[in-house]
This record gives sequence, structure tokens and C-alpha cells, in this order.
Amino acid sequence: MRHDVDTATGEIRQETMIINMGPQHPSTHGVLRLLLELDGETVISCRPIVGYLHTGIEKNTEYRTWVQGIAFVTRADYLSPFFNELAYCQAAERLLGVEVPERAQILRVLFCELNRISSHLVWLATSSLELGAVSVMLYGFREREVILDIFEAATGLRMNHAYIRIGGVIMDLPAEGPRQIRSFLRQMPGRIDEYETLLNENPIWLERNVGVGKLSAEDALALGVTGPMLRAAGVGVDLRKDEPYCGYETYDFDVPVRAEADAYARYRIRLDEMRQSLRIVEQALDRWETSPEPVMIDDPKVGWPVKLSVGPDGIGNDPDYLRHIMEESMESLIHHFKMVTQGVRVPAGEVYQAVESPRGELGYYVVSDGEHRPYRVKIRDPSFVNLQATSMMVEGGLVADAVAAIASIDPVMGGVDR
Amino acid sequence: MTPEEIADRVRSRVPDVLLARGEVTVTVGRNHLLDVLTWLRNEPALQMGFLSSVTATDRPDAEPRFWVVYELRSVPLRHRVRVKVAVRGENPTVPSVTAVHPTANWHERETFDFYGIVFEGHPNLTRILLPDDWEGFPLRKDEELGGVDTRFHGAFHPPVDTRTMA
Repeated sequence: MRHDVDTATGEIRQETMIINMGPQHPSTHGVLRLLLELDGETVISCRPIVGYLHTGIEKNTEYRTWVQGIAFVTRADYLSPFFNELAYCQAAERLLGVEVPERAQILRVLFCELNRISSHLVWLATSSLELGAVSVMLYGFREREVILDIFEAATGLRMNHAYIRIGGVIMDLPAEGPRQIRSFLRQMPGRIDEYETLLNENPIWLERNVGVGKLSAEDALALGVTGPMLRAAGVGVDLRKDEPYCGYETYDFDVPVRAEADAYARYRIRLDEMRQSLRIVEQALDRWETSPEPVMIDDPKVGWPVKLSVGPDGIGNDPDYLRHIMEESMESLIHHFKMVTQGVRVPAGEVYQAVESPRGELGYYVVSDGEHRPYRVKIRDPSFVNLQATSMMVEGGLVADAVAAIASIDPVMGGVDR
Repeated sequence: MTPEEIADRVRSRVPDVLLARGEVTVTVGRNHLLDVLTWLRNEPALQMGFLSSVTATDRPDAEPRFWVVYELRSVPLRHRVRVKVAVRGENPTVPSVTAVHPTANWHERETFDFYGIVFEGHPNLTRILLPDDWEGFPLRKDEELGGVDTRFHGAFHPPVDTRTMA
């Protein structure tokens, strides 16, 4: 705070200071910029400025086939790619009026819940780093790596998988998949206990988080805030329970809710959610073992024809499938060509499909006019909406608490800016 | 409530209600938008107090050219209603709903940013995702995709819609 003496009256005047936090600040989770007005250490006003990572995904999908759109939307919120793929594909499937095979539904649940854990681990790692708990950062990324290995073995990629397709998923679990996942399921509960031992009653962690970034249930609902932030304010809203999809109503899991509505409650909620996701993954894997084979819909007008398999150089076209279309069946080759170049034709109409992503309600408003390409794809990203609450959570507090408060929102700028 | 019951309930107040794929779509005139959203929010049988999303679609050859789309959700009753408003292509305006749903603030800014639809009464209607000095409204259908200049002998990589069959 600057003290200036007013020469006319002799009064001491206090001036506020405007500072830019970001877009290249390490604690802004990417490229978020905050315009802060400070009175000493106190934040008087906070204006979040977004858009530095805008990539025009929504516009791009209008110029690509329905299947190509998956490769775009999976890059929106890069920490929860499966959720974007899922919501987009489910919207297309509802327009098509098709049902997805049971095994594909199970795999979608399995990968989404693993993804929820990996996303929460990145949140735990980065936000604890911002508050000075460097070892938790290392542990979080260590465990996330195990999940990314599972993703890589199953989809060929660590991120941006394009694994969930219209009508199912692109391929079944690889041979080592179940063993990898079982080993992770054995290992992970102890690791979550470890984080809690480190942080739950850690005096510095409590000091930095308890009572920080408060956002009441009324304010959260008025501002459209969803996900762990809303559940930390005492509202047990979870789309997996409220508007079940992929058969979530048949899985046994709880929705953690706390009432404190501060950064600490959000931390506890996210750790509890990881435990619940582990429960779901275990149930999904048990079901997968006994479920019937196909992972893609048996409808030549909808299902993706290409078969993939793991070869010596990674995942690629299945040699048996290539032999079939190149040497045995002209009809299959024509069909393959039609699907790969034009893809599905989706009946005209509009749907809004929402799923519970790690950050809240991820909604896809999809309009088709009956063509090979979507007419409009609107992504309702939870990070974008949740960020609106920043001002309310930060103003009146200390600038150091702004870091903890923003971390507790868990914004992913790829999703915010799209 | 089933979608049919919701549709019937809404129809008691607004005539133009469509039920498709289990989703209720209400079409209202721009002058009735705020009244209808307030009624949907306050009506005890519906309780649509949560605005999920605001966006628009553009059909440049049709009149009205734009449709602004509001996705409403009832958190306690677990159902959804979509509200649509037609907006004329020339000088497109629609009343801001920020007074009924504060969350609309950023959604409306985004819709303005992408489509140039002006939300009257919005407290701070500026661009949000694009730079302030950006010209045009890129999600309009008549906005072309840009190509990319390459460093290879001045070659130009054309926009996707001029180089694929799809």
C-alpha cells in the first residue's frame, strides 16, 4: 500500500495497486489471467480473463465428419478426455437412436472412472505444489503415470485417446489390461491413505485451506457451479445419480458431500471421490470379465468398421482385417471406404447430453441437420462456468489465499477456452 | 416427472412446447423470455433454478436467422427444459437473463463473442474468449475458416472445407 500525503488537506491517502497475475503465472493452471486490485495484501477486486487457449474446437467440428469430431473434443479439457468423448458420442447416439453394446458401456464407465482419478491426481499434485507441499506433487504425478500406462496400453495414447466412438469403443482391453488395472486397484487405496496422512491434519495445509475460498450453496447454484465445488457446499448433485447414463444406476457407489464450502472441503471431497471411483472401476472390471464380446455396435451404417490390434510397433490396423478388406471382400472394402471418408449420417435434430466430469456438468448441445457433419457442437465446459465464481471467492481475502482458492476450483484452461 | 408431464405443465403457460427424444423444448418470443424463465424458476412443480448453458445456432439463409438456446436444469427435481428464442438476422438482440440467472453472464458474453448477438441489459457485454480487437463473429456460418501460410516456398495450406470431400 502506498501512502501519499494530499498536499491540499494534509490527509494521508491510500492507493490501491492493480496487478496482473498470469497468464504465465505458475499457479494459474495454464494460461488464466487475473486482474487483481490490491490494498496491501487484501484483494479488493478480481477479474478473471480467459481465452488465451482458445482453439476453435466448436467451429472445427462443423467442418469435419462426426467421427473426426471425437479427435477434436477429446482435446478440449485435456485432463478429462474420456468425458468429452463420452458426452459427444452419447449425443450423436441419441440423435441416431442406437443402443451401445453392454461391454462398450462397461469399458466407458471403467475408463471414465480411471480418468476421474487421474484428473483428481493432477489437481492434487498441482494445487499442493502451489501451497508448498512438493512431495505430494511427486506422489500425485507418480500414481497418475500408472493410470496413463493403462490408458496407453488400451488406447495407444496417454491423452487425447479418441477411444470412445459413436456406437461403442474402438477396441477391447488388451491382454495385459485386466492385470494392470487389478494391480492399480490393489495399490491405490493405500496411496490415498498416504496423501491423507500427509495433508489432512497438516498444520500448514489446514492454515492455507480451511475457511479459504468460501462459496455457499446458493451462490454456487446461482453462478452455475457444479462438481466437487457444489458438493463441498452441501449439495449432493451428481449426474451419475441424477441423470444416469452408461448404466451408472446399476453400480454401487456413494456421492461424497461436505458442508464447509471451503478449499479444504473440496480437497476432502476429491480424495473421497477417488475412493468411490476405485469402487466403480472394480465393479466394472468384474462385469467386463463376464460380458459378451462385441465392443462396437453391429450396425454397418453406424459402427466404425476398422479393427485395431497391438503389433510389434504399437497399436495399428489389424492384419486380419486388412487382409479381409483387401483380398477377400470387395463389399467390406467399399463399406470401409464409405465409413472412413464420410462416416455416419446423423438424423436431423438437437440434443443436450450432460455427463459428470471431474469438474462438474460437462454438457454437449449437438445439432444435426442430417448430414455427415454436425451442424453445431456447443461444449458446456464446467471449468468455464466454475471460473465465474472466482471473484466471489477471492475478493476480500488475502492475495496468497487467491492461489489456494483458484486451485480449489480446479480449472483446466483447455476446457475453459476450447 | 416424466418429460410428458413436464411438457404438459409448461404448456399450461407457454403454447409452443415440443417433446423430442425425451427432451422438452419451449419456444418463446423475445418479449416473453424473462417472464417465462422467471416462471420456470419459481413454479413449484418445475423449479428450473439452474441454468446450464446459453448458446446459439445460425442459419444464414433462414429468417429468423439465429436461435438462442437456454438449457435449464432443476437440481432438486432432476429434470431439464430447453428454451429457445428466435432472433432476426439484422441487428440481432435478445434480453439478457443475468437478472434471473447470474450464471448467464459469461455464457452470454461467449454467445456475443461467437455470434454477435447483443444481450440487452447485460452488465458487461465484451468479448470473452477472443481478443478484444477481433473482427467478426467466427461461429457464424458465413465466417470462413482461415488457411495457414507455410514456410515452404510461400505455400499456403488451404482451409479444410476447400480440400476434403466430406
